[in-house]
Amino acid sequence: MAERCAVIGVGQTHHKAKREDVSIAGLVREAALRALDDAELTFADIDAVVIGKAPDMFEGNMMPELYLAPALGAVGKPMIRVHTAGSVGGSTSIVAAHLIASGIHKRVLTVAYEKQSDSDAMWALSVPQPFAAPLLAGAGGYFAPHIRAYMRRSGAPDHIGCMVAVKDRQNAMRNPYAHLHLPDIDMKTVQESVMLWDPLHYLEACPSSDGAAAMVLAAEDSLSGRYPPAWVHGMAMRSEPTMFAGRDQVNPRAGRDCSADVYVQAGITDPRAQIDVAEIYVPFSWYEPMWLENLGFCALGDGWKLTEAGATAFDGDIPWNTSGGVLSSNPIGASGMLRFLEVAMQVRGQAGEHQIDGARIALGQAYGGGSQFFSMWVVGSEKP
Amino acid sequence: MTAATADERGPVTTLATPIALDFDFTPGVAQSRFLRGLEQGKFMGQRCSVCGKVYVPSRGTCPTDGVPTTEDVELSNSGTVTTFCVVNVPFAGQSIEIPYIAAQVLLDGANLSFMGLIQELPATEVRMGLRVEAVWVPEDELAPSLASVRYFRPNGEPDADYETYKEYL
Repeated sequence: MAERCAVIGVGQTHHKAKREDVSIAGLVREAALRALDDAELTFADIDAVVIGKAPDMFEGNMMPELYLAPALGAVGKPMIRVHTAGSVGGSTSIVAAHLIASGIHKRVLTVAYEKQSDSDAMWALSVPQPFAAPLLAGAGGYFAPHIRAYMRRSGAPDHIGCMVAVKDRQNAMRNPYAHLHLPDIDMKTVQESVMLWDPLHYLEACPSSDGAAAMVLAAEDSLSGRYPPAWVHGMAMRSEPTMFAGRDQVNPRAGRDCSADVYVQAGITDPRAQIDVAEIYVPFSWYEPMWLENLGFCALGDGWKLTEAGATAFDGDIPWNTSGGVLSSNPIGASGMLRFLEVAMQVRGQAGEHQIDGARIALGQAYGGGSQFFSMWVVGSEKP
Repeated sequence: MTAATADERGPVTTLATPIALDFDFTPGVAQSRFLRGLEQGKFMGQRCSVCGKVYVPSRGTCPTDGVPTTEDVELSNSGTVTTFCVVNVPFAGQSIEIPYIAAQVLLDGANLSFMGLIQELPATEVRMGLRVEAVWVPEDELAPSLASVRYFRPNGEPDADYETYKEYL
C-alpha cells in the first residue's frame, strides 16, 4: 500500500426487522452521522462517498445511490457505488480504502445498507431462470446442499451447526445494536426449531434486518476521532464463476486466494496464533467451521473440532463474531461492512461489552453470491 | 373537533408497490443446442477441447480455459445425486409444493451437476449417491424448455460409491 489508511470513525443503526420510522435515506444518514460523530467530523470534511448494497431488485430501487447522495452529504463530491452481492459491505470498505491508499483523497465516508422490510429477498433470490428448474429457495436453499457436502467430507457431527447458532446469539446479548436478542436460546431450542432447508434449522439461519453501517477512513496526516485509529494492514478481494467443472463450493479457491493475499500484506503466517479476534460472514451456522478451514485457522476437515472445543467462543483463543455476527443481524448489503467495522472497533477498544481485551490484530471477512465473491481486511491498533 | 395534522398522525409507514416483469431471453447458438435436445427428450452437453470436461448445459465456452466448446456430447438419462436439501420454506412465486427435494444431479458423462427435483421417493430416503433417471413429459408436450423434464426418480441401481462423485461436491 502506498499511503497508510485508518478507520477513524464508525457508526451503525440498531438493526431491526422493520424500521418504519425512517426511509432508506434516513437509515443510511443515521449510520453516517454516527460515524462522523465518532470521527469528530462533519459532512463538510469528507472528500468522497463510497456506498454499497445488495441487488437493486431487493427493494426495487434502481441505482439508489443517486437518490441517496443528498442524505449523505455527497452533492458535488465523487460518489461511487459498489456491488458484489452479499460481500458488498466488505468490498465497499476496500474501494473506499483504496481512495486513501492511492493518495487521491484524505477522508472518505463509506456506507452500506439494506432495508429488508421494504424488500422480498427470498423472492428476489429465487426468480426462475431459463436454464434451471424452479427449485432454488433463497440463499438457504442454495447453501444447504453445500453444508451437507461439508458434513459428509469432514465427518462433522450434526450438532456443530446448532452450537454456532447458540454461541453467536449469546454473543449478540452483549451488542446493543444486534437485531436478535434471544436470552433463552440453547441447543434444544435450535434443534427443535423448524427444519427449513434440511439440514438447516430455522434458528441456524440469519434474520432479515433493516440496517446500515458507515465508516470514516482517513490518511495518516488527517486523523481525528474519539478513539485511536484502526490501521489497515492488508485488504483483498477475489471472485470466481458460479459454475465450472471441479469447482469446490465447500472450500472455494477465491476464499483461499483472498486470505493468502491479505495474510502476506499483514505479515500473518499463523492466523490462529496471530489474529486476536475475527468477524466472519456466517449467515448459516455451518459456515463457521467451513470458513475456519478456508481461512487457514486449522487443517482441512478440522474446522468443526475448533467450534466444538469452544475455540471460537467469546472466551476461546480465537473469538469469532463477538458482535453476534450475521446470524444475529443481517441487513444484507451492510452485513459485510459490519464485519469490517466491528474488527475496527475491536482494535480501537470501543466494542463495549463484546470487546476482547487487548485486541491488536483483527480479521474481517465477507462473502457473497454462490460463495464466489470474497473480501477481507486485517486491521491493527499499531501502524503497519 | 379539528382534523389531526400530518405531524399528529405520524409518518406514512409503508406503501406496497407491486412490480411485475416478463423478461425475454435470447438463448443464442450455444444454449439452443441444449434446448433443442430437451425438445427431443435428451440432454445435450459440450466438451472442452482443452480440459476435456463436459458441460451441460453448455454456455458455448469453457469457464476454466476460456475457449469455445465445439464438440457436442449426448449425455445419459441417468445420473447421481451428489448432494441435496429438503426445502420446507414457503415463498412468493413458489411453484412446487413443499417439502420437496432439490438435489444436485450429476448426469453420467457430465463434469458439472445441476439442480433437479427428486420424486417418487419419500424425502427421508433421499441420500447422497442415489442413482436417478430423468422423467420427461409425454412426447407431444416436449418443448425447448427445462419444463420438458418433469423430475428425477430412483433408477433402481445401487448407490454410487462416494469416491466416484466426491470431486463434484
